Amino acid sequence: MTAPVTARPTAWRSYSNWANRHRKWLFAAPAMIFTGLLIAVPLVWTIYLSLTDAEGSVRAPSDFVGLSNYLEVFSDFNRFWPAVGRTFIFTGGALAVELVLGMVIALLLWRPFRGERWVRVAILLPLVATPVAVGMMWRLIFDPNIGFANQLLGWFGIPDQPWLSGTDTALPTLIFVDIWQWTPMVVLILLAGLTSLSDEPDEAARIDGANSWQRFWYVTLPLLRSTVVVAIVLRGIDALKTFDILYATKGKGGGSFHEVETLNVYAYGLSFDYNDYGIASTVLILFFLLIIVLMWAVTYRRKANR
Amino acid sequence: MKRHSVVKVAAVAAATFLAAGALTSCSAGGGGDNGGDGGSKTLRVTLANHVWTDTIKSKLPEFEKETGIKVDVSQYGEDQLSDQYNVKLNAGTDEIDVMMYRPLQEGKLFAKNGYLTDLTDRVTSNSDWNWDDFQDGPVGATTFEDKVVGVPIITEQEVLYYRKDLLEKAGLEVPKTMDELEAAAKKIKETNPGIAGFVARTEKSAAVTQFSSFLYSFGGDFIGEDGKSTINTPEAKKAYAFYGKLIHDYGPANVSTDMSWPEAMAIFTQGKSAFYTEADSLYANATDPAKSKVSDTVGFAPIPAGPAGSKAYNVPSWALGVNDASNNKDAAWKFIEWATSPDMTLEIQKAGVPGARQSVWENPEGTATYPEDLAKAIAVSTKNGVGHDRPLVIKVPEAREIVGTPIVTAITGGDTDAAAAKADKAFQQLLDDEK
Repeated sequence: MTAPVTARPTAWRSYSNWANRHRKWLFAAPAMIFTGLLIAVPLVWTIYLSLTDAEGSVRAPSDFVGLSNYLEVFSDFNRFWPAVGRTFIFTGGALAVELVLGMVIALLLWRPFRGERWVRVAILLPLVATPVAVGMMWRLIFDPNIGFANQLLGWFGIPDQPWLSGTDTALPTLIFVDIWQWTPMVVLILLAGLTSLSDEPDEAARIDGANSWQRFWYVTLPLLRSTVVVAIVLRGIDALKTFDILYATKGKGGGSFHEVETLNVYAYGLSFDYNDYGIASTVLILFFLLIIVLMWAVTYRRKANR
Repeated sequence: MKRHSVVKVAAVAAATFLAAGALTSCSAGGGGDNGGDGGSKTLRVTLANHVWTDTIKSKLPEFEKETGIKVDVSQYGEDQLSDQYNVKLNAGTDEIDVMMYRPLQEGKLFAKNGYLTDLTDRVTSNSDWNWDDFQDGPVGATTFEDKVVGVPIITEQEVLYYRKDLLEKAGLEVPKTMDELEAAAKKIKETNPGIAGFVARTEKSAAVTQFSSFLYSFGGDFIGEDGKSTINTPEAKKAYAFYGKLIHDYGPANVSTDMSWPEAMAIFTQGKSAFYTEADSLYANATDPAKSKVSDTVGFAPIPAGPAGSKAYNVPSWALGVNDASNNKDAAWKFIEWATSPDMTLEIQKAGVPGARQSVWENPEGTATYPEDLAKAIAVSTKNGVGHDRPLVIKVPEAREIVGTPIVTAITGGDTDAAAAKADKAFQQLLDDEK
C-alpha cells in the first residue's frame, strides 16, 4: 500500500522537472499545435482531393485516381498553361514597375520638405482602398463607351481605346490598376529601409566627388539590398495571388476569352463554377509549389550573395 | 515551490482551455437544435437580391406575428448566393433552412447532391394552397426524378425592349420578324450618330440565356431529342451569326465582351441603343425614371419571329427549396406556403415580378400594373414559350461557357462556323461525360 504513495510523488516530480525544463515549449505548445493544424489540415485535405475525381459535392463518393489529375492539368494547353503565362506576365509586369516607381517615390520622400505629411498621406490613399471597390471604380473609368478614360483621350484627340474590353489590352490595363494600388506599399517598405540608413557612406561618396546617380547606384542601393528583397518577396507573393481586382473587373473565367485568367481565377472557376474539386485542388497544389519555389529562389540567392 | 507553481499554472490554463472549448461546443450545439420543437424559434432563410425579396421582407412581420416563428433573412447577389451554397451545402450545414435557388442553373446539381428535401407530400397536402395552379413548365424544372424539390416563385420571358421615339423618327414600325429587326437596327444606327441600333448581353456565359430565344426562333436548340448536342446544326449556326452580327454591325462602337444585364441595360437606359433583348423581369429598370433616361419612350414587344416563329424562353428563374440537412423543415414549409400563397403571388406580381401561378395571369388585377404592351408581349411568350433558356445539364456553368463561345466569336466578327463546330465537340463531350 505504501508503494503507490511513494511512487506518485516521484513520477510527479520527474514530470514536474521535465515540464520545468521545457516550459517554453509547454506553454507555446497549444498555440503552436493549433497554428500547425490550421496550416496542415487544409493543405493535406487539398492534396488528398487532388488525387481523387471529386466533383459536384465533396461529400459525394469519389474515387482515388492517383496522379491522373496532374497529368490532365499538365497536358491542358487550353486553360492551364496560358493561365500560368498570364500569372507570370501580370506579376512580372506589376512588380517591375512597382519597384522602380516605388524607389523613385521613396527617394523623393526621403528628405524632409514642406507639406511632406500631406504628400505621404495622399500617396498612401490607394493602399487603404478595398480592392473590390478599386476594381469597380476602374471598371467604370475604363468602360469603352461611357468611361472617363476614353473621354480624357478624346480631349487630346486620341481615338477611343478598348481598355478592359480588349483581348490584348485587358491584362496590361489590370497591371496598371495593380501598380496604382500597390506601389504605395513598396514605397512604404523602401522608405522604412532608407530612413534606417546612416548618412555617412553617402557623405563620404559626395566628398569623393560622386554624382547623385553614382551615389544612388553604388552606395544607397547596395545598402538597401535586403529591404528591396523584402519588398520583392512580399509584393511578389501578393501579386501572384491577385484575385479581387481581376474578378471585380472581368468576372468569372477572366473574361469571355479568358484574357485575364490567372491561376487563381482559374482555380476559383474550377471549384465554384464547375464544381470540379479534384482538378481545382490539383491546380491549387501546383500553384502553391510554384510560389514556394519562386520564394525559395529569391531568398536563396540572397543568402548565396552574402 | 517555484516549479510546482509552473505546473499549477499550466494545469489551470489547460482546464480553462477545456472548459472554454466545452462551452463553445455547447452553444454551437444549442444553436443547431433550435426550432426542432415544431418551429417556435428562428428560421434561417437565404434569398437573392430581387424585387421579390424586397416585397417578401416588407411582409415578414405579418408572418412572424401569425406563426410565432422568427425569420432570419440573409440576402446576397446571384453569384455570391451561389458561392454561399457551394461552401455551406458542401459542408452539410444545417444553418440554412429555406433557400432561394435557380432551378435551371443549380437545380439538377443540388438535387443530385441531395441538398434539396423531397417536398412531394407537402405540396399536395393543402388544397387551398393549390399546387395544381402552378404552371407546368416551371413545375417541371423544380421536379427531379419525379420528386418535387422546389416551389417556383418567379418566371421570366424574353421580350424586345425598344425606343418608341427613335422608331417614330425613322418612320419604322415595331419589328415583327428578325429581318425587320436587323433592317431597323441598321437604319437607326446609320441615321443617329452615337446611338447603337441594337444591344444585348455579350459575356459568353451571361449571353447564353438571352441568345436562346434567337436560337429557338431560328428553329434550333442546345440539345436534340436524342440527347446529342445540336449547336452545330445549320439553324444554330444561323442564330449564332445573326445575334453576333446584330451586335458587331449595329451595336455600340466599342463593344465589350464582358456585358451581362447591368452593363447592357445601362447602355439602353442611357439612351444609347434603339433595341435591346432582355428578360421581362428586369423591365422596371427601364421604366423607372430614377434609373432610366428613356423611361417615357420605352416600348415592349414579343421577340421578333425567325424562320421558326417567335419562340422566346419561358422559364422559372427562381424557386424556393428546403435544405435537406435542416432541422426545421416544418417551419420552413410553413414559410414557403405563406410566401407562395395565391394572395402573396398576386401581391408580388403587382410589384412587377412575373409569378408562376396561372391564376395570377388570368386575373386582370395581376397584369394591371404592367405596361400594356409588356403584358401583351409576355402573353405571347408564355403561349409559345420554350421551358428552358440554357442547356439542361448538371454542369450548367461549364455548358454555358461552351455554348456561349460561338456567340462571342460572332460578336467580335470571328469565324462563327468554326467556333460552333469546336463548341459542338466540347459540348458533346460534356453530355457524354454526364451519362
